[in-house]
Amino acid sequence: MTAVLQTRNLSKKFGGFVVSNNISLTIQPGARHALIGPNGAGKTTLINLLTGFLEPSAGEVFLKGANVTRLAQHQRVKRGLVRTFQINRLFAEMTVLESITLSVCERLGLGWRWWSPVGSHAAAIDEAAELLATLHLLDVAHHKVRGLPYGKQRLIEIALALASKPQVLLLDEPAAGVPTSESRELFESIARLPSEVTILLIEHDMDLVFRFAERISVMVGGALLTEDVPEVIARDRRVREVYLGEALDG
Amino acid sequence: MNQMNHRIALDLDPLRKLSAWRPAEYAFWLLTVAAYFLFPKSLALMSQIAITALFALSLDLILGYAGIVSLGHAAFFGLGAYAAGLLSKYGWGDPLLGLAAGGLVAATVGFVTSFLVLRGTDLTRLMVTLGVSMMLYEAANKLTDFTGGVDGLQGVEMQPLLGMFGFDLYSRTAYWYSLVVLFLMFWLARRLAHSPFGLSLRGIKQNVARMPAIGAPVHGRLVAIYTVGAAYAGVAGALLTQTTQFVSLDVMAFSRSAELLLILVLGGSGCLYGALIGTVVFMAAHHFLADINPQYWQFWLGAALVLIVLFARDGIMGLLRKLPVPGGKQA
Repeated sequence: MTAVLQTRNLSKKFGGFVVSNNISLTIQPGARHALIGPNGAGKTTLINLLTGFLEPSAGEVFLKGANVTRLAQHQRVKRGLVRTFQINRLFAEMTVLESITLSVCERLGLGWRWWSPVGSHAAAIDEAAELLATLHLLDVAHHKVRGLPYGKQRLIEIALALASKPQVLLLDEPAAGVPTSESRELFESIARLPSEVTILLIEHDMDLVFRFAERISVMVGGALLTEDVPEVIARDRRVREVYLGEALDG
Repeated sequence: MNQMNHRIALDLDPLRKLSAWRPAEYAFWLLTVAAYFLFPKSLALMSQIAITALFALSLDLILGYAGIVSLGHAAFFGLGAYAAGLLSKYGWGDPLLGLAAGGLVAATVGFVTSFLVLRGTDLTRLMVTLGVSMMLYEAANKLTDFTGGVDGLQGVEMQPLLGMFGFDLYSRTAYWYSLVVLFLMFWLARRLAHSPFGLSLRGIKQNVARMPAIGAPVHGRLVAIYTVGAAYAGVAGALLTQTTQFVSLDVMAFSRSAELLLILVLGGSGCLYGALIGTVVFMAAHHFLADINPQYWQFWLGAALVLIVLFARDGIMGLLRKLPVPGGKQA
């Protein structure tokens, strides 16, 4: 099986400070893969390097076998590599339906159409509305994003990414700041994604990670420490020492 | 009947009908026609208002929609003004040809300079736009053989519009000409604003970092709208030349760029009508306040500006939107 997403010796330095150190990561198609590690381990930086948000100092990124290291962010999105952000990046002054329609329009290649009103692109609007339905956001479809409670905004953050129909979805702490009751709902909607969609998840909530992931990679100090199935990771002494502490002892 | 998405029962009309013309919009444009008959002695002033409104519209496209701040937008206005003026001076006096030339020259320079302007953040953009307009201003100042320098460009002679309507002393032709050009270009801008392209510009303004993550080529979109904005400004400048048959050096002056920003803040940016209404209010106020007190009218302007940015951030349009009128001015 060819990897859907792969990095070779990926490194990032800010001045003399190494934030990503020689990372070689392989992710198989359809994987449910989690990336864990203590704060400052470089998890978000890795996502930034994978998506082109940052340029690596060295090393390469391959998407479906093609070298995408020099491709701009939006070009990688067009090839199916889509992310969400740890801190919401939303379109505050748009309605929920408008902002999802915007994302759908970009995926459908309508972003340069300057002549026809958004409202005339029925296929895009219908698709946006159906996405909102699956995330239980219909009741706020015509509300401005700005005024919505944080939990809803977090769902919109994910909906914007889903509207790009990702083949590889990188979720950067999707449940951060979301009340437990709502985070379950959020993860249910993630779990409902088609099995061929590959998911790489960064998350601090170990319950969620161990319920969700089929493989786990552990990062420490900008480098990959180890990678394995959850049962092995949970027993790994090094992982416990650097990260999990006593949490899994009981 | 409401358009529903039947599989999921959501009323889609609020989004589908966003681009429909509203009663207040019809009323606004009817008033511009009525103004011809109501104020036959002020047609010259009203032509200037229509031209400045088109200029303000061009800034709204790049600032109000795409969020590109500019302190040098008069550069494009001036380029259009000189292009149309020189064209007619050397024998091509057809107004529509001059209009196209003005738009084209400004668009070309807009396209080329967009790569400088779009590199940085807001402060960089302010300085680059200011710098570009200062260079063009001084170039026009220096090239006296070509532009007439501080004395202005003389010898602009316009042929009758469409071969039929000569430019008259009472500015009758000038008003209809300016108004029709304004309306047509407004109509195009309105279509653009409501299109997926326009939505993507709003997306860039509201969250530029998110746009690449949903697959949008931000730089390309900004180059496009900056070029369009420059073309609009160029057409406005050409109109001024043609209706006044003269080009003064101050078409490119810093004060014109600054005044334009002020108009947009006054009217409210990012909704097209703010540019139009801001221009009407600004120029009418200028006219009447300068009559009362020619030297100090800017005092009142300054006061109004401070009050607006402190208490009515969305300008006159923001205030109008708060009025409880069903189907009121559009957002």
